[in-house]
Amino acid sequence: MKMLTNILSSVLRPRGAAGQLWGQGSAALMWTDFWELSMRALAPFMTAVRGAGGNSTTEATFETRPYKLHRLEEPPLPSTTCTRDDALLYYRQMQIIRRLESASGNLYKEKAIRGFCHLYSGQEAICVGIRAALRSEDSVITAYRDHGWAYVMGCSVVGVMAELTGRSQGVARGKGGSMHMYAKNFFGGNGIVGAQVPVGAGVALANKYLGRKAICVSLYGDGAANQGQLFEAYNMAKLMNLPAVFICENNGYGMGTSVDRASASINYYTRGDYVPGIWIDGMDVLSVREALRYSIDYCTTGGPSGNGRGPLVLEVATYRYHGHSMSDPGTSYRTRDEIQEVRQTRDPYNALQGTYCWRRLGHCGGA
Amino acid sequence: MVGVLQKLSVAWRLGRQAVFRPVVQAGWQHVRNSSHFTYYPDTVPESHDETQRLNLFQAINNALDLALATDDSAVIFGEDVGFGGVFRCTIGLQDKFGKDRVFNTPLCEQGIAGFAIGSAVGGATTIAEMQFADYIFPAFDQIVNEAAKYRYRSGNLFNCGKLTIRAPCGAVGHGGLYHSQSPEAYFSHTPGLKVVVPRGPIKAKGLLLSCIRDDNPCIFLEPKVLYRSAVEMVPTSDYTYPLSSADILLEGEDITLLGWGTQVHVLREVAELAREQLNVSCEVIDLVTILPWDQQTVCNSVKKTGRLIVAHEAPVTSGFGAEIAAAVQSECFLHLEAPVERVCGFDTPFPHIFEPFYLPDKWRCLSAVKKMMNY
Repeated sequence: MKMLTNILSSVLRPRGAAGQLWGQGSAALMWTDFWELSMRALAPFMTAVRGAGGNSTTEATFETRPYKLHRLEEPPLPSTTCTRDDALLYYRQMQIIRRLESASGNLYKEKAIRGFCHLYSGQEAICVGIRAALRSEDSVITAYRDHGWAYVMGCSVVGVMAELTGRSQGVARGKGGSMHMYAKNFFGGNGIVGAQVPVGAGVALANKYLGRKAICVSLYGDGAANQGQLFEAYNMAKLMNLPAVFICENNGYGMGTSVDRASASINYYTRGDYVPGIWIDGMDVLSVREALRYSIDYCTTGGPSGNGRGPLVLEVATYRYHGHSMSDPGTSYRTRDEIQEVRQTRDPYNALQGTYCWRRLGHCGGA
Repeated sequence: MVGVLQKLSVAWRLGRQAVFRPVVQAGWQHVRNSSHFTYYPDTVPESHDETQRLNLFQAINNALDLALATDDSAVIFGEDVGFGGVFRCTIGLQDKFGKDRVFNTPLCEQGIAGFAIGSAVGGATTIAEMQFADYIFPAFDQIVNEAAKYRYRSGNLFNCGKLTIRAPCGAVGHGGLYHSQSPEAYFSHTPGLKVVVPRGPIKAKGLLLSCIRDDNPCIFLEPKVLYRSAVEMVPTSDYTYPLSSADILLEGEDITLLGWGTQVHVLREVAELAREQLNVSCEVIDLVTILPWDQQTVCNSVKKTGRLIVAHEAPVTSGFGAEIAAAVQSECFLHLEAPVERVCGFDTPFPHIFEPFYLPDKWRCLSAVKKMMNY
C-alpha cells in the first residue's frame, strides 16, 4: 500500500496539488501534456492491478441505484457484480474522456479547434455504462456531444483530437469536426437537434429486417426531447416493434433553458406514453450498465415470433459541467454553486472511485 | 556501416517527426483568418439627424425594440431569446417588455414556426427567431405550406402577413456544416414569402422594421459574421426601407457585380481590385430582397454594362444566381457581351476545414471578372 501511495504522490508532484491534476487546471494543457499526464496518471492503477495480487478481491457485488418504471412490471436487477478489471476499465475510460474534454476546451480557447464544440464532462458514466453493456453487433447514434462516444466506440484519442482540429488523420478525415465522428456501429454525432432519433429508429428497423439480433441506441438531450420528430420515431418503433432504445440524457438544461421551463412533463422516461420507460441515475456507471443489459434483453427476446418486446424510452439523469457549447460560459442560467455541488456530491468518477475501486475492490487506486 | 545506421536513424527520426508533426503543431500553427472579406460601412443617410454607433446585432436589437414599443400586439419568441439569444440580438428586451412579449420556446423549430404562423394569423405581430438558418429545415413545411399559402387558399379572408422569421445565416469562418448555410434559394421557390438579406447595421434596422410591418410573411436572414464585425453610425429614429428594391452601391461601366449579405463586401473589394489591376469599371449592386427581387434595377444595370457576375455563398446549382442568370439572359440577351457568370459556393456540403476554398472569395470573383472582360 505504501508503495502505491509513493507512486501516486510521485505522479502528482510535478503538477503541484493533487486537485489540480484532475480539475480545471490553471495552466493550459497542451497536446503533449495531455498524453504525458494521462499515461503518468494511469500508471499507478496499472501497477496496482498487476501488483496487488492476493490481498484484494477480484469481484464484488453492488446495489444499483433505484430505478423508476413506466409501464414495466419488472425493474432491472437491484444488484450487479463488477470485476476489478471492469471497474478499472470504466474508471480509465471516464478519466480519458474527462481529460479529452478538458484538452478540447483548452485547444478551443487557443483556436486550434474551430467551429462548434460541445463537451461531455459530467456525463461520462452514460457512454461508459452503455458501452459496457452493448454487444459488438449493437449500434449507437447520438447528437453533437459525441467525443466521448467516439472514444468508447473504438476511435483512438488521437483520431478524436485530430478530427477536432480538422486533420486528415481524424476519424472523419477532418471533414466532420467536433459534431461528426463515426466508428463501426457508431452512426455518428449529428448536428441537428433531435434529427438522429428517427434515424436511430431506422437503424433498428434494418437490424430487425436483416435478422440481426441487435439493438440500436439513440441518444438525445432533454432539449431535443421536445422535437416533434421524436414522437414520430416512438410511434413507428412501437408500431413495428423495433429493437430501438431511445435514451434521453437529461442534464438539466436544453442550451440555456432548464428542463422545467422547456418541458410540460419533465418525466422524460414516461414521454413515450405507450412505450415503456425506465429512469436511471446516470451518474452511476453500474446502474446505467445494468439498465442497458435489461434493455437489450427486453428488445431482443420475449416478443412474438422470436423477436423482442419492442422499444424502450430511458431517461438517464446527469449533469454537464461546461456550458452548452464553447460560446456558452454556462453560468448565466445556473449558479456556480450548483455546478460545484454536483462536482462534489454526484460526480460519476468520484462515485466509481469511492464505491467500487477503492473501497470494495481492494484499494486499487492507492489512496 | 555506422554511416548507414546513422542515416537510418536520421530517416527514422525525420519520419517520426513527419508523422507527429500535424498533431504537435495543432496547438499553434492552425490559426485561420476568420474573415474572408473587408467590411465596407454604409454612410448615414442625410435625412437622419441623430445617429449612434451600432454593430449589426445592436441595430437588430434596436429595430426589435422599436417594433415592440410601437406595436402593442408584437411578440418575440425563439430558443433562448429571453436572455438575449446566442447572438445577443434580443438582449434586454424581456426586461423591458415583459415575459409575455419576449419569451423562450423549447427546441422545436417546426413548433416555433407553426406557433408563429398561428399567432400571426390570430392577429399578433409575430417575430420568431430560428437560432441558426441551418435549423430552419424542420420548419420548412410550416413556412412553405402554411405561411406562404394562407392568404391565397383562404381567398384573402386570412393571412399571416404579421409574421417575420429571423435567422442568422452564412459563413462565419469556422461554422462547419450546420452553422454556415445560406438557405435563401429554398425559400425563393415559394410564392407568398418575402426573403430579405441585409448587408449591414443601417440597412438591417430599416429592412427588419419593413419586414415586421409588411403585410406578407417575411424571412429575414442575417449574415452572422457581420453581427459584431459590421459597425456603422445608425440613425436612432424609426425608419424603414422599401422591400424588393436593390441598391446600386457603386456605379460602373464595364461589368455588373451582384450579391447580397456578406458577399456585397467581397464584391466591393473586387471592384477596387478590378479598377486597380485590370482598369475595369465595376458596378456593384446589393440585391437586398431575394424574393420578390428587383429585376428592373439589375436588368437596367446589365443593359448598361453588358456583363453580369452573380456571387453568393450558397452552392451554385439552383442557387438564386441561377434564377437571376435566366431572367437576365431573357431580358438583356442582345445587350450581353459575355454569358452571365455565377461565382458561388461549390456543390458540396458546407465544409468545416475547407471553408476558405469553398467560399466565392475576392480572388475567385476577380478571376471571373478577368475571364468575362476577355470573353
